[in-house]
Amino acid sequence: MAKPGQATQPTEPWKDPQAEPYLRIENVTKKFGDFTAVSRVSLDIYKGEVFCLLGGSGCGKSTLLRMLAGFEALSEGRILIDGADMAGIPPFERPVNMMFQSYALFPHMNVEKNVGFGLRQDGLPTAEIQKRVADMLELVKLETFAKRKPHQLSGGQRQRVALARSLVKRPKLLLLDEPLGALDKKLREETQFELINIQEELGVTFVVVTHDQEEAMTLSSRIGVMEAGEIIQTGTPTQIYEYPNSRFVADFIGSVNLFDGRVIEDAADHLRVESAEAGCMLYIDHGVTTTADARVWVAVRPEKLEISREKPIQQENCAKAVVEEIAYLGGISIYHVTLESGKKLRITRPNRERDEAGRITWDDQIYVHWKASSALVLTT
Amino acid sequence: MNSQRSTFLVTCLAFGFAFLYLPILSLIVYSFNASKLVTVWAGFSTKWYGALLHNEQILQAAWLSVRIAVVNASFAVCLGTLAGFVLARMGRFRGRTLLSGMTTAPLVMPDVITGLSLLLLFVAMGDMIGWPQGRGVTTITIAHITFSMAYVAVIIQSRLSNMDESIEEAALDLGARPAKVFFVITLPIISPALISGWLLAFTMSLDDLVIASFVSGPGSSTLPMVIFSKVRLGVSPEINALATIIVLLVAVGIIASSIILNQVEKRRKRDMHMAMNANG
Amino acid sequence: MKSHGTAAPGQVNRGNWLAALAKRLGLSGRGAVIAIPYIWLLLFFAVPFAFVLKISFSEALIARPPYAPLLQWGEEAYLTIQMNFGNFLFLLEDDLYWIAYLNSSKIALISTLFCLLLGYPMAYGMARARPSTRNLLLMLVILPFWTSFLLRVYAWIGILKNNGPINNLLIALGVIDEPLVMMQTDFAVYIGIVYSYLPFMILPLYANLERLDMTLLEAAADLGCRPFKAFLSITLPLSLPGIVAGSMLVFIPAVGEFIIPALLGGPDTLMIGRVLWDEFFANRDWPVASAVAIAVLILLVVPIMIFQRFQARESGAAS
Repeated sequence: MAKPGQATQPTEPWKDPQAEPYLRIENVTKKFGDFTAVSRVSLDIYKGEVFCLLGGSGCGKSTLLRMLAGFEALSEGRILIDGADMAGIPPFERPVNMMFQSYALFPHMNVEKNVGFGLRQDGLPTAEIQKRVADMLELVKLETFAKRKPHQLSGGQRQRVALARSLVKRPKLLLLDEPLGALDKKLREETQFELINIQEELGVTFVVVTHDQEEAMTLSSRIGVMEAGEIIQTGTPTQIYEYPNSRFVADFIGSVNLFDGRVIEDAADHLRVESAEAGCMLYIDHGVTTTADARVWVAVRPEKLEISREKPIQQENCAKAVVEEIAYLGGISIYHVTLESGKKLRITRPNRERDEAGRITWDDQIYVHWKASSALVLTT
Repeated sequence: MNSQRSTFLVTCLAFGFAFLYLPILSLIVYSFNASKLVTVWAGFSTKWYGALLHNEQILQAAWLSVRIAVVNASFAVCLGTLAGFVLARMGRFRGRTLLSGMTTAPLVMPDVITGLSLLLLFVAMGDMIGWPQGRGVTTITIAHITFSMAYVAVIIQSRLSNMDESIEEAALDLGARPAKVFFVITLPIISPALISGWLLAFTMSLDDLVIASFVSGPGSSTLPMVIFSKVRLGVSPEINALATIIVLLVAVGIIASSIILNQVEKRRKRDMHMAMNANG
Repeated sequence: MKSHGTAAPGQVNRGNWLAALAKRLGLSGRGAVIAIPYIWLLLFFAVPFAFVLKISFSEALIARPPYAPLLQWGEEAYLTIQMNFGNFLFLLEDDLYWIAYLNSSKIALISTLFCLLLGYPMAYGMARARPSTRNLLLMLVILPFWTSFLLRVYAWIGILKNNGPINNLLIALGVIDEPLVMMQTDFAVYIGIVYSYLPFMILPLYANLERLDMTLLEAAADLGCRPFKAFLSITLPLSLPGIVAGSMLVFIPAVGEFIIPALLGGPDTLMIGRVLWDEFFANRDWPVASAVAIAVLILLVVPIMIFQRFQARESGAAS
């Protein structure tokens, strides 16, 4: 999420073949008895990145994070931080700090003492500790709360104390476990931006674990989608959203409409798919490596579909439908329509006009159509 | 887990439990000693159990103690539950601090002081209003109820504080009056605490020596009083036999309750599992 | 209180007449519920102390009851209050009471310390154990707790005797020639107290330590804190309420303990509980016994208040 003209580091280090990853996870596996929590995960994470591990509960993301922190031993594989192998190194000796999901603030210490705890372990002089704690509290805007105890703080304030405590030691790598999970929606939005600003200002590498897609999309430079202990896809938010590599990822991030079909025509720069579900020929403007007659799925995101009462000119990528449900969300409306084949589609359109008259409404007969570039073909 | 620290802890645990149990084991072992000199081993014998079962004095005292303990435990549970309920659910009211103090002080008050104070009360009451006339089973029972209810109150208060109040609120919202909610909703939920409170009150009463000595009268010797008079003079093998029986009863009770609790927990988990699977 | 009107107006419903009566009398259900245990405790716990106080100002008489009444009609037909501070002066003058007082405090304090030193690691080990082991260990601690106090103290008579197993073993091993005199000594009293009260120390400590949030220790480790230091900075301070509760549960009753010094102690093991008993039963001096009781109460008031504060906090915190 770095803005153009920002600092010195390149904005996409993973594209640079010369760049050395700051955190390298090599073929890491974790088994608990018969159960494999993490399976052969390999990731390269670069300095200054905000990398999100995104997945549902039980996908193994928290286990992976705990292995990075040093709370779980690896069954197989290696973890290297700044080139050093972390095998056998206990948590209190790693150059890594973690922000816990429950914040884990020490209830018997006030905010100042909580934040300064890590610095006291390093045996720094008191004056320096005081200064660094004060600076950090200013950064998270909690200067006036220094003497309060955790139970006297609100959820959002506690979260900032936890953040301050984990950042005050200036770790090169910060692990965040569901950092915004306990906050309400409005607070979450504000905190998301604050978090990124702090990260950019301090230049810390973040690895965030979350199940919240919105959080992942907003915070990350790159996302790793995890399921059943494996990394399914890694990429920037745009890549994950617009170029998912499987139906799982397409369905997991946001919502998607999938047409089941067979490849009719396969060329270098276009593809034609026949689909009974769609009830029309599907034309996609890029080629895909596949065999003729192969079964594929054509994915179109809800916001890429257009609807109109009048029949459009195009023959392909167009179908008749009936409007079943409409959810009016103010800025956009979500339409649930049913095609002649019985297939249901989800369509989101912005409400451009304030005037309700002429707007498409329930039970209207409409045409759904989309551009050739709007669709994506998935083979798995 | 740092293995260094574990070894230290394991050693402490081993030593601690050995310390706790070797004396109890010695009681049991010596109860089977044929010799009257309890600690000089002269062969295995169960004659002391026979002697115990024929000792009228001990048997009568035991029966008396059990009767007192049962009455005491039952009243203590009623009063203690009320006290615990009041402290947990009724918020602030005038005199709350005093009630709270009166339910915690008996837990630590030395027996000699409680015993003396109750005796003086009974004597004064006898003078002023003619009751209690003499001291005996009634006064012992009243004394026991007084300190037992404190234990029950603490248990119940703690249990109620941890209980989800929204269940009671839901019942009120559905039209049940507070008393009904208490008997039909709250009590069943806290019933394990009630049972353990009853058992605790029972045990404390059965074991009380000092207070009973102060407030008892002629002809009402409780079991601890009889035991004490015997062991003041030295070891007594019949007492060892009695001790063994008590230890076994307690052990059986604890194991049984643990098994029952386990079964209940297993069944609950199984039911929850079935419910979740039923929803697909 | 919502009324869901199942009875039509005019109809008398079974519950209503009781409620109406109570209202007439100015009682409320809530008031009655509070009153019942309150009155019992006031009458049978609090008021007795007033009597103890009263008798402590009285004189011993050969009478039934063996003390002089507090209020008496004097010659000029007005009440004179015969307050006799003599008993308290007696306590202050006679060395016996001072020594017993201080000795009891000392013995109770040291025993509490030993209970803590042994009980804390045990409670900690239990709290850290696997859940299945934890239950077993808890049961093992609870069993002595539920077994008769009197009988457990009695067990030590047999063990510490001159021809008991310890002496027999040491003589057999050739470590000593003559049996060690352990019965009827201060040493036996210490062992008796630590032994009997150990479960009382372990249980509150265990309850506290078991509730400790493990992620706090993980956070400390993550911030660079070594395990032992984390114990000192995090676990120990957070277990302080448990330590106080357990210590008070041992110290306060131990001060006034009678059974252990009576069975295991010698004639010069002076403990105030035994002194009180002897004054009452042997000397039949109720007033002095009462004065002793008051003196002990004064000593224990502060610890009892400390206990009450921590007990309230702990029972509210447990979740």
